[in-house]
Amino acid sequence: MEWETVIGLEIHAQLSTNSKIFSGSSIAYGAQPNTQANLVDLGMPGVLPVLNKKAVEMAIRLGLAIDAEIAPKSVFARKNYFYPDLPKGYQISQYELPVVANGHMDIELEDGTVKRIGITRAHLEEDAGKSLHEDFHGKTGIDLNRAGTPLLEIVSEPDMRSAKEAVAYMKKLHALVRYLGVCDGNMQEGSFRCDANVSVRRPGAEFGTRAEIKNLNSFRFIERAINHEVERQIDLIESGGKVVQETRLFDPDRDETRSMRGKEDANDYRYFPDPDLLPVEIRAEDIEAVRATLPELPAAKKQRFMDEFGLNNYDADLLTQNREVADYFEAVAKACGDAKLAANWVNGEVSKMLADNELEISASPVGSEALVELLKRIQDNTVSNKIARDVFAAMWNGEGSADEVIDKKGLKQITDTSAIEAVIDEIIANNPKQVEEYRSGKDKLFGFFVGQAMKASKGKANPNTLNDILKKKLEG
Amino acid sequence: MSKADSIHTLSLKGIHDGVHSGAFSVMEVTDAYLDRIERFNPELNAYITVTRDSAKAQALEIDNRIRKGELSGPMAGVPYALKDLFCSEGVRTTCASNMLSNFISPYDAHVAAKLKAAGGVLLGKNNMDEFAMGSSNETSAFGVVRNPWDTNKVPGGSSGGGAATIAARLAPMTLGTDTGGSIRQPASFCNITGIKPTYGRVSRYGMIAFASSLDQCGPMAPSAEDCAITLNVIAGLDVRDSTSVDRTVPDYTATLNDSIEGLKIGLPKEFFADGLDAQVGVVIERAIKEFEAKGAIIKEVSLPNSHLAVPVYYVVAPAECSSNLSRFDGVRFGHRCEDPKDLRDLYERSRWEGFGDEVKRRIMIGTYALSAGYYDAYYLKAQQVRRLIKQDFESAFADVDVIMGPSCPTTAFGLGEKKDDPIAMYLEDLYTIPVSLAGLPGMTFPVGFAADGLPVGIQLVGNYFEEARMLNIAHQYQQWTEWHTQVPTKFA
Repeated sequence: MEWETVIGLEIHAQLSTNSKIFSGSSIAYGAQPNTQANLVDLGMPGVLPVLNKKAVEMAIRLGLAIDAEIAPKSVFARKNYFYPDLPKGYQISQYELPVVANGHMDIELEDGTVKRIGITRAHLEEDAGKSLHEDFHGKTGIDLNRAGTPLLEIVSEPDMRSAKEAVAYMKKLHALVRYLGVCDGNMQEGSFRCDANVSVRRPGAEFGTRAEIKNLNSFRFIERAINHEVERQIDLIESGGKVVQETRLFDPDRDETRSMRGKEDANDYRYFPDPDLLPVEIRAEDIEAVRATLPELPAAKKQRFMDEFGLNNYDADLLTQNREVADYFEAVAKACGDAKLAANWVNGEVSKMLADNELEISASPVGSEALVELLKRIQDNTVSNKIARDVFAAMWNGEGSADEVIDKKGLKQITDTSAIEAVIDEIIANNPKQVEEYRSGKDKLFGFFVGQAMKASKGKANPNTLNDILKKKLEG
Repeated sequence: MSKADSIHTLSLKGIHDGVHSGAFSVMEVTDAYLDRIERFNPELNAYITVTRDSAKAQALEIDNRIRKGELSGPMAGVPYALKDLFCSEGVRTTCASNMLSNFISPYDAHVAAKLKAAGGVLLGKNNMDEFAMGSSNETSAFGVVRNPWDTNKVPGGSSGGGAATIAARLAPMTLGTDTGGSIRQPASFCNITGIKPTYGRVSRYGMIAFASSLDQCGPMAPSAEDCAITLNVIAGLDVRDSTSVDRTVPDYTATLNDSIEGLKIGLPKEFFADGLDAQVGVVIERAIKEFEAKGAIIKEVSLPNSHLAVPVYYVVAPAECSSNLSRFDGVRFGHRCEDPKDLRDLYERSRWEGFGDEVKRRIMIGTYALSAGYYDAYYLKAQQVRRLIKQDFESAFADVDVIMGPSCPTTAFGLGEKKDDPIAMYLEDLYTIPVSLAGLPGMTFPVGFAADGLPVGIQLVGNYFEEARMLNIAHQYQQWTEWHTQVPTKFA
């Protein structure tokens, strides 16, 4: 029998503000424990929170980008529970009136169809600190550097039907928050992480009981965790059991999810409006002011790349995943005037080298202008596409500009007809048997002669010139 | 009578003028009060901590700065005390709780910093009900405070230590806090003047929270003029408190002498009904007559929902306190139990040992009121009724300038008399709580003594941000009468 998977995601995006959401402490990652925690972050008696307006502005940015409603009045609420890394004994979050509601995002499925994923809400909240269990001899250390870091929790509708869709949605959102400049998207540092609500049902039936898989912080883990959870739930139901509502953790080493706490252990968070903070009032003109600063969004940019540069869907999609990559491409395409060539290079060599070296494009040793110089040498036949790759590698290693490398290494393409003729004459003279066979109709041998000629010219012979001369001589 | 023997009879202005004219030094003033504290505090227990050494160091420094002309404001050289829930840097700040008996605050509350910067001298920290929860100062972990007018009576609460301090002249001024009547009720019991400003007028930063939507800090002193001088220093916007209001602070002393002729005073009929002790009623009515004789117009008004104020308050305030007090968990500061066996044990025992009965009671009430399934019936409903109470006042203020009535239904009651009857204790704040729920400014000043010989304070309620008018009215009354200058014989 058929099973249908139902997935909803809660994504926590850490906002790229300079300071915390309710205090002036820095949120920079990796500082010594408790060096970025002031009186407010420590929850000292008598201290009060003050909202960081930048965080609200960032929430509005995301809201506008997902066609959501921006609440004219939203309210911060206290979520009460005890935990050692939660200094006040409550987390300031939003409950009944979130800042962003009813948005959506379109994802592209593998078969090319487009699916709309509803986004129920996005609300602002503060992160908790960290409990450190190592190096404390059976005790727990508390690091409150992260406490108060601004988060935007983006909650989707249960609209996804496979792990692949969930990943596509998350990737799309990941690209979007980075485009908007509201989150650095660093998943390893936990800046962008997700909880997945997963259930299975018979197609058309009511939703099944869901399990929540906590804290997934890589695209790969999300896909694996969901697939394993789906398998577990189906096995359970098919062997006569019942899925219970609970929170589960994914163990990537064992490739399984494990129960963390059941519904009966769930806290009653006793939400109520935080009396220390006034409701957040957002006027229409505030929203318009933010809208005016929005960059071109990925979907619009992709469409423009297809229209303006004649790129295909695949190339345009790849190039617009990341705003910096798109900007890089656009600069190269415009300067060299051949968008297809630029796309091939950015999606090819540049992306490959970045991936191999785990670098962001902003840190690429070959900037857009340097790449343009190289592409111009392909366009004016100074080097072949193949040789250009070697030049690029040398440029990447800091051996100089395109022209310097070509010059230093003598990679300039040979377009001089007489030089190429001399090479070909020699090859024809040295391979009489093959010449004989070719002339008697074995056309395939043409490739053999091209190869020999290229080898003799160390790859520098202009392929078009070489082909013309070779053809003439062999048939001569 | 030597100079030192009469210093405690001076007003803030008298102290200021004396230290600036060179009649006496700040050190002499400080010493005079420290001596009185040493002499009388053991009996009254009005102070939890006396900051003798730092007070003397501050006095020395301020004397120098006044001499060099660096300081001259109205607070320069004036000693004061603080209720022990204002964080004061380097000074133990206990909230009268075992939970914080070892807590040395690393920072100054906004108002503490303001008084410090203005050149005041901190004498010490006043006793109070634990975490400001109580109306008799009997819930303090540091012992009860006795009423200077009758040491077998309570001083009221929660700012009972402050009220006793002023009544016995163990400081010329102190700051209290008022959540449901904690400045006004003890002021009434102890024959002093106290004002709870409009919610948002004074920053709450550094005030250890009881119920955030109600807590407000205000001065307690013998006279309205002293309160006005103090409010001038502490009022105003503080960006660290999001609920503090950005609104110009008038000079509260500038209008003290304005005429009150034609002033329309509203008397809420509900405040003069059953529940008001007749001997208190008589004193209040006499005071109203005095205002009428001076040209005020007396009108009856109605606050029809005021009978719901106490139940609403005992949902809202405990709900907020249950959350506000969660940070006292034994993890980072305050009391931690010995040898916790696990995390749950750490929380449970630290809080069980650290908090007293009344605090526990309110945490439990509040936790219950916010629980899933009860929130709508209690917290939400209470907030709705709170709006009705506010609207009652808004309608009343359409007809009158100010509202007057009793501060509390009785005079000071006996120590232990209501300790085991929380409902009777809660009803002490019958007349003050509606004002708190509406966020309005309220003040109490002395208007005489009841048949039992104990003081009675009248409550004056103004419209939002009308503190200047209220202080003016009280000051005028204090020009015609001398109730506010009365001090128990023993402490004269």
